Amino acid sequence: MTPSEPFLSSVLQDEHSEPPSAGRNHEEQGEQDQGRRTVVEMIGVCRTFPGTPEVHAVRDINLTISEGEYLSIVGPSGSGKSTLLHLLGLLDRPSVGTYLLDGVDVSELSDAKRSELRGERIGFVFQAFHLLQHRSVLENVELSMLYRRIPRRERTKRARDTLDRVGLKHRVEFSPQTLSGGERQRVAIARALAAEPSLLLADEPTGNLDSGNADAVLDVFDKLHGEGLTLAVITHDDDVSTRADRRVRIADGTLTDEVAS
Amino acid sequence: MRRAPLRRRLALRDLLGEALAGVAARPSRLALTTLGTVVGIAALVATMGLGQTASGQISGRFDATSAVRVVVEAGEREGTDGGVKITELPWDAADRVSRLAGVAAAGTFAQVAVEGAQVRGVPVSDPGGAVEHDVPVAAGSPGLFDAVNAVLSDGRFFDAGHDGRGDPVVVLGRYAAERLGVNRVDSQPSIFIGDRPFTVIGIIDSASHRSELLDAVVLPMGTADSLYGLDAPGALEIRTELGAAQLIGSQAALAVAPNDPELLNVDVPPAPGSLRDEVSTDVNVLFLALGGLALLVGGLGIANITLLSVMERISEIGLRRAVGATRRHIANQFVVESIVIGFLGGLIGAAAGVLATVGVSMARGWTPLLDPGLAAVAPFLGALIGLVAGTYPAWRASTIEPIAALRGG
Repeated sequence: MTPSEPFLSSVLQDEHSEPPSAGRNHEEQGEQDQGRRTVVEMIGVCRTFPGTPEVHAVRDINLTISEGEYLSIVGPSGSGKSTLLHLLGLLDRPSVGTYLLDGVDVSELSDAKRSELRGERIGFVFQAFHLLQHRSVLENVELSMLYRRIPRRERTKRARDTLDRVGLKHRVEFSPQTLSGGERQRVAIARALAAEPSLLLADEPTGNLDSGNADAVLDVFDKLHGEGLTLAVITHDDDVSTRADRRVRIADGTLTDEVAS
Repeated sequence: MRRAPLRRRLALRDLLGEALAGVAARPSRLALTTLGTVVGIAALVATMGLGQTASGQISGRFDATSAVRVVVEAGEREGTDGGVKITELPWDAADRVSRLAGVAAAGTFAQVAVEGAQVRGVPVSDPGGAVEHDVPVAAGSPGLFDAVNAVLSDGRFFDAGHDGRGDPVVVLGRYAAERLGVNRVDSQPSIFIGDRPFTVIGIIDSASHRSELLDAVVLPMGTADSLYGLDAPGALEIRTELGAAQLIGSQAALAVAPNDPELLNVDVPPAPGSLRDEVSTDVNVLFLALGGLALLVGGLGIANITLLSVMERISEIGLRRAVGATRRHIANQFVVESIVIGFLGGLIGAAAGVLATVGVSMARGWTPLLDPGLAAVAPFLGALIGLVAGTYPAWRASTIEPIAALRGG
């Protein structure tokens, strides 16, 4: 826990951020509003799945995540956590509502454009790691930069640097199959970080790990948070969520703010 | 605005790198996947290679003795006035063609009408009746024997001297000699045609053409002319140097009868080219069909296994989408993977086809002939098959939703 961090409520941020408009450019805004830039802004977002009866996975979500914030989203399974993660990660579109990522309205973008934005702005860390078994650790980390216009040499350099940051410098040429679960998850974190995302989205990052490895991974999150990274961790585990400086709880598709203890 | 599509397109090197890594991840499966293409391409290359090789050889049907035989015969033709023009071979036809480069030996041949005279071995009138034989009588110039590769079992052939003087000598064919009871010539036996005696100077054992000589009593041309009033030689036998038959065939008529060359019938062996075509077509059609079938099966194999691979790699696809790959990126990767598989299959198949061509050629003692372009094109044909086969699986891969792909394990 980092109680010394200044806490910004979402309400306060709403007042400070500019009203959403189509032409707004996040880079200009970032320069004007350094340190308190809004990364994620969801306004009245609903996601319904067709069927009989229609399923309301999440409803009327209002969520703001500002730069450098460490947010945890807690909820039991079936509460709409995964849907929220998919919406945040541009893997799904809201049925209703507006989602601004770095100030860009992403609800109406084409699939290709959303893919591009996802590659540039979002880093994913999954419960199941999703590492490519037949590729080296280095290649796995380089993968997150493959679909962006980054030269090969630069990709390798950044992948090595990032692996160093998560403490895996000595595992660069290893196969993921030979690593422990904690190491695998740190490779996945390095992969997400190497692309220098605006937001790191972690989905039950410790779900497949024992407590020792889980702590190591959470320590890495703390370190990255200290370095200014914006983090959103989705979990059902209170131990994980208490590490964050702000917690929101999701239940039955509805989000409620929790005051950090 | 022009930079936007550039930015979304993956560098070719990266795309190839990802595809190669994807293909190389399961080597044993790769081997199985390429098998159909390997077999198909190998069959095509070997078929075409063997076709080319076979047509480059003098085939078994194209035997060396008939390839050097040219026969000129007197012919007839309807003239412009409705009358029939007939020509005769000149007596010196053999000398005339002998001057042509490429003629190894030439000689004239004729059947002789002996006005009902019987050929007999002994001059005795047998009171018991019949030791008379219906033995045909023929005439030849001295060069005839060489021209038809005649071989003597005893004695000698007649020569230009016998021919010029019209000497009463004969050479007997092997069967004629048997019927006339002549088996050796050192005692200078005689035979009778009608009442005329002829000295037997040689017996022919075999000949490669004009096998009627073996049944006949052969007189020199000059003798036949002076005794029986032979009008003209009936045919001219020419043995050419190897490979010269076509050339001599085109020149012989003009050399023999410069005034009416078109009145002569010239019989030449078929050109090697026409034989080649026969050899190639009947072999090739079947094997090309088999090769095509193998390629079709190979393509289906690639499509099937690539589809299986797509289903197995759903989580990888999800991950790639999560790190920014578009549908197009995913589709491109799978298409390129199956192109690589097809190309590899084509490469191995081309090598196998070339080896098969060389191997069969060695076994048959042929000189292997293969268009190098064929071997070069084959891998690209494989790649094309891969492209076609990979299209559907790649499309399927591109429609996989990242949410579904990332769920669970």
